[in-house]
Amino acid sequence: MNHTFAEKILADKAGLSETVPGQIVEITPDVALSHDNTAAIQGIFKRMGGVKVFNPQMHAIILDHATPAPTTKHAENHRVIREFVRDQKIERFYDVGRGVCHQVVVEEGLSLPGEVVLGSDSHTTHAGVMGAFGAGIGRSEMASIWAVGKLWLRVPESVKIIIHGTLPPGVTSKDLVLYVIGDLGADAGLYMSVEWHGEAIEALTVSQRAVLTNVAAEMGAKNSYIPPDQKTVAYLEHRAQRSYTPIYPDPDAHYARIVEYDASTIEPMVACPHTVDNVKPLSDLRGLPVDQAFLGTCTNARLDDLAAAAEVMKGRHVAAGTRMVVIPASSEIYRDALQAGYIETFINAGAMVESPGCGPCMGNHMGILAVGEVAISSANRNFQGRMGTRESEIYLASPSVVAASAVAGSITHPRYLKEDRQ
Amino acid sequence: MSIIKGRVWKYGDDVNTDVIFPGKYTYTVSDPKEMAKYALEDLDPRFTKEVKPNDIIVAGKNWGCGSSREQAATCLKESALGAIIAQSFGRIFYRNCLNAALPALTCSEAVAAIENGETITIDLTSGTITCQAGTYEFPPLPEAVMGIFEAGGLVPYTQKRLEAISKR
Repeated sequence: MNHTFAEKILADKAGLSETVPGQIVEITPDVALSHDNTAAIQGIFKRMGGVKVFNPQMHAIILDHATPAPTTKHAENHRVIREFVRDQKIERFYDVGRGVCHQVVVEEGLSLPGEVVLGSDSHTTHAGVMGAFGAGIGRSEMASIWAVGKLWLRVPESVKIIIHGTLPPGVTSKDLVLYVIGDLGADAGLYMSVEWHGEAIEALTVSQRAVLTNVAAEMGAKNSYIPPDQKTVAYLEHRAQRSYTPIYPDPDAHYARIVEYDASTIEPMVACPHTVDNVKPLSDLRGLPVDQAFLGTCTNARLDDLAAAAEVMKGRHVAAGTRMVVIPASSEIYRDALQAGYIETFINAGAMVESPGCGPCMGNHMGILAVGEVAISSANRNFQGRMGTRESEIYLASPSVVAASAVAGSITHPRYLKEDRQ
Repeated sequence: MSIIKGRVWKYGDDVNTDVIFPGKYTYTVSDPKEMAKYALEDLDPRFTKEVKPNDIIVAGKNWGCGSSREQAATCLKESALGAIIAQSFGRIFYRNCLNAALPALTCSEAVAAIENGETITIDLTSGTITCQAGTYEFPPLPEAVMGIFEAGGLVPYTQKRLEAISKR
């Protein structure tokens, strides 16, 4: 007993009775997630002498980083991946347009309680929203898993974040996670397993919880975990591709650090250029002009995010001199948003709606910034140059703040929209 | 190999992989040699013009945080960088360095003492860093993963492993 989630799941996967932080274990993941980098991984796999992958059933391959292909080079990259998928008889392949990989593995019931998802993408921490152990790895490491089916992991120390109370109206899980990272710093979870507990977490929907495990990567976390509950089970009811057994930390588990917050004191927050822990209350930034508003990414472009933005934008218009790009996180969300009328609201408001994928998040296409421009974005990273040029600035906020700022032409919250509209 | 002597490029805290290797090149540049041309492009434009074999990056906390892109380690390896010493590393970057057999060493005391531009010596066998201010010790790699480093990286390591499996 007295073990954290990470210690328990890694012991389980390594076939050991227990593990302790610092111990190195070798495990076989339940899901090996890769995206547009699959072609590069295949190159490494071949150099390792790989011919047939260890287990085609383990793979989930989702094209999302530059989709549909913006250039011939990107198109060629996708072509190589399709060929690989065909040759290796990989069934869980989701071609361009299905959505951002982290959202897709959840929707497809591949990220399951008590399972391990290793992905060649840093935001694989996202998978922890379902009570899985999700960790990002490098390309060579993914190639090694394809070859021998195993990878070494260091059993991490764990941080327990307990959120008491209730979030005030107009304050979201994005504000919460930005507040926590602003308080603890971009390296507070380095090499660690970050667990989220408390009644404020229990009160969140599965979609809102995903923001926490997604953005936990920005505090350096190895993985992030939310204890599965009835909401998790209900979400998975018609989705789970296998039966699963949740793993919970022991009540007397030993944590390297325990931090507690009162949700009721948190206000709308914004992460300022050029680090995610450079967080300020939105009230300090009100009125800062924005050239582009971006509502998208695996962080905050699910149905409830689009609903919150559509509510703000209904009957309103994007400000003159500002543009807005909306990219639903998946095709399922896109369809549901269409049926709910949100897409129509965005179009009527003068926003652009693009096909599901990562879009401009890491500077590939569909909304790159010009020199000197400022963006407000619902994404998880605001690093210098991230959206194309180092001479631009990215502010991170919740979907309703992104929508309100698009309408005002400057950073604002829906609650101030009447006064802040030009 | 066990002695690395080079000039220091000193940087601050929380340097992320987007400024080490910009995202816009991640699917357009695939040749490792070419990756070196963009190393630290959004952090220090002087780097690619002036870096010499065995030069050493010395950084604050959380060097290599952010995206998992392995090119961030590859572009530095291909720049013929000798090693990186930091107070701490982003965990995926750290693993990527180990897997590329690029020494990534954690030593806060040495980081505080080392001056930008000075020439320092790292002895991987004895686990020491020597600069003008003195000699500092760094913790060795965990034994369980030393094999990867000694094999010259994860590619040759897995290659041997695969060969062993197929011989069985």
